[in-house]
Amino acid sequence: MDIAITASGLTRRFGAVTAVDHLDLEIPKGRIYGFLGPNGSGKSTTFRMLCGLLRPSEGQVKVMGYDATREPEAVRRELGYMTQRFSLYDDLSVDENLEFVAEIYGLPRRDKRDRIFEARREYRLEDLRRQRAGTMSGGQRQRLALAAATLHRPALLLLDEPTSAVDPQSRREFWESLFDQVETGTTILVSTHYMDEAERCHELAILDRGRVAARGAPKTLMNDIDATVIEVACDRPRQAHHVLMTVREVRSVTQLGSLLHILVDPTMTDPEARIGKRLEEERLPASVQRTAASLEDVFVAATRMSREGPAS
Amino acid sequence: MKSLRRIRAVAAKEARQLVRDRLTLGMVVGIPVLQILLFGYAINMDVRHLRAGVADEANTALSRQLVEDMQAGQVVRFVLQTHGPDGLMEALRRGEITIGLYIPADFERRLADDARPAAQLLADGSDPTILNVAIQLLKMPSPLIVAPARNSGQLFELRNFYNPERRSAVQIVPALIGVILTMTMVLFTAVAIVRERERGNLELLITTPVRTTELMLGKLMPYILIGLIQVTIVLLVGHFLFRVPMRGHLGDVYVAALAFIAASLTLGLLISTLAKSQFQAMQLTLFVFLPSILLSGFMFPFDGMPPLAQQIAEVLPLTHFVRLIRGIVLRGASIGELLPEVWALVTFFAVAITLAVLRFRKRLD
Repeated sequence: MDIAITASGLTRRFGAVTAVDHLDLEIPKGRIYGFLGPNGSGKSTTFRMLCGLLRPSEGQVKVMGYDATREPEAVRRELGYMTQRFSLYDDLSVDENLEFVAEIYGLPRRDKRDRIFEARREYRLEDLRRQRAGTMSGGQRQRLALAAATLHRPALLLLDEPTSAVDPQSRREFWESLFDQVETGTTILVSTHYMDEAERCHELAILDRGRVAARGAPKTLMNDIDATVIEVACDRPRQAHHVLMTVREVRSVTQLGSLLHILVDPTMTDPEARIGKRLEEERLPASVQRTAASLEDVFVAATRMSREGPAS
Repeated sequence: MKSLRRIRAVAAKEARQLVRDRLTLGMVVGIPVLQILLFGYAINMDVRHLRAGVADEANTALSRQLVEDMQAGQVVRFVLQTHGPDGLMEALRRGEITIGLYIPADFERRLADDARPAAQLLADGSDPTILNVAIQLLKMPSPLIVAPARNSGQLFELRNFYNPERRSAVQIVPALIGVILTMTMVLFTAVAIVRERERGNLELLITTPVRTTELMLGKLMPYILIGLIQVTIVLLVGHFLFRVPMRGHLGDVYVAALAFIAASLTLGLLISTLAKSQFQAMQLTLFVFLPSILLSGFMFPFDGMPPLAQQIAEVLPLTHFVRLIRGIVLRGASIGELLPEVWALVTFFAVAITLAVLRFRKRLD
C-alpha cells in the first residue's frame, strides 16, 4: 500500500516541555487517519511539524515523498491544511475568501471559476456568497474552511480538530464530505477529542503526552483491549464507586447515570463474581455483567497504561 | 507570472480589508487634515502680544513714551503695572507676565549717560522663544533719538530668501508631509503582519505556496496609494489654506514622496516582524516616531545638534525627506540636485526590506 506520511523518532521540545516524544507514524494513502488525544497530547504540534510550520527537535518526517523540514514548499503544494482556529479572513466574504485562496494557489483561470462554483455547491455556501465570514455560524465557517482547504485539490488534507466549534448535525454532514473526499483518493489526517469521530476513522493513533499510547483500526482496538470491561447496576452508585476504587485490580470506574462502567485488569480471574461479592460485603446489592469495550474504554485503558506502565 | 498573481491577490485582499476598516480609513484622511491644521495654526514662531508688566519709577513723559512705543510695536502687551523690580519678579514667577520692563527713577539721567543702560528688561528664560524676543527688543531705539540714522552702525544687512515674510507655516507645512507619512505609513504596516498573526490568518498563509517577498510586497502596495493620497491632501491644504508656495516641480515632490513612502513602509514591516502583538508594534512605532520628529530637522535645526544626534538623524528616513521636500517646495531645487538624499532613502528601503524578509520565516517557531 502507498504511504502518505512516515515519521520516525519525531520529537519537539518547547524549552523543558516535550510536546511530541519520539513519535513513529506510518499513514497509508487514501484513508482517514485519526489522532485521538486530550488537549496537550501533541496533536497540533505534530500537525505543524508535518506541514513544515515547526521544525522537529529530532527525527524525520516524510510527507508525500518530500522531507517536510527540508522541502516545506514542495510539501505545501500537496497539502490542504485546516487549522484548529478559523484562519480565513473575517472581514472578507465567502466568495472573496475563496477567490483569494484560489489566486494564492495559482489555479488556472478557467479552473478557478469552475472549482469555486463546485465548492460553493458541495459545501452549501451558495446562499452565503456575499456574507462576511466573521458573521457566519460555526458550522458555516467550518464548511467555508474545508472548501478553501480543498480548493486546490490537495492529495493530503490535514484537519486539526475541525469540529470543535460545530453542532452535532453539522458534524455529521462534515464527516460525510470527508468520506466523499477519500473516495476521490485524498488522504485525510484528522485530530479530534471526540470518541464518535475517532470511531469513524479507518485507522487511529491514540496520543498521550506526546507518545502513541495505542494504534490500529477502531474495531481492532476495541476487540483487543487490554482490560476486562464490566458493567455494574446498583441502587447507590456513588457508594459502590468508592468501594470499587479500593479493589486493587480495578483500573478505572466511570459512572453513566445509575450504571458503573469498570475497567478491570485482564489478569483478574472471574471478575464478575469477585466484584459482586465485594459489593455484597458492603451491603450494596448489584447486578454485575461483562460487556463489550467502547472506544472510550480503549482510550482510558491506553492512557492509563502509558502513565503507570503495564499493570503489575 | 504566478508570483505576480499572488502579489496582486495579497494586495487586493489588503485593499479590501482596508476599505472595510472604517477607523483606519478615517485615519488616512483625518490624520493629515488634523495635523496640518494643528501645526499650521498653533505653531507660530512669529511671536506677538506677549503679556508684559511695567514698573515705571521715573514716571516722566519720556518713560511713558517708551512704554507706549513698546506697546505700539505689538510684540508686547502690557497687562500689569507694579512697583519696583520685586513686583515684576513676583509676577514673572506666577506666570502672569513673561516680560517685565523696569524703568528706574533716574531713567532720564541714565539715558543721557552712554555708559549705563537706561532701563531693564526682565525676561522669562524658561521659554527660549521669549528670550529671543527680549533680545530683539534690545535693538529698540532710544526715545531720545527722534530720527535714527539709516543703518547706523549695522555691520550686516539680512536678505531672507525663500520665506521673506518669516511665516512659520511655510517652514512647517512641507516637512509636515514627512511627519504625517512617518506616523501613518510606519504604523499601518507595523500592525499589518502582527494582526494576521494575532487573528490566526498567518498559520494558514504560511501553509500556502505564497512566498515571503510576495506577501510583503503585496501588503505594501495599497499603502503606497494611501501615502500618495495623503501627500496630495497636505499639498492642497497647505497651498490653499496657508499659501505655501510651490517653487519646484510637482513631479519631483511625488518622486521624493514615493521614495520616502517606500522607506517608511518597509520600516513598518521590519517592526512588524519584531513585534509579538499589535500593542508592541505601536510602542515600537512610537520609539521611531519621536526621534524622527525631534532629530530630523523638522523642529530644530540639524546643524545645531551634537554629532551623535546627527549620526542618528542620518539613519532616519524623515531627515532625508525633510531636506528633499524643503529643497523642492521652498527653494525650487530639482530632484537631480538633491540626489544624495534620494539615494539615502532608496538604500534604507533596500536594507529594511532585506532585513524584514530575513526576519520573517514561514514558520511559527
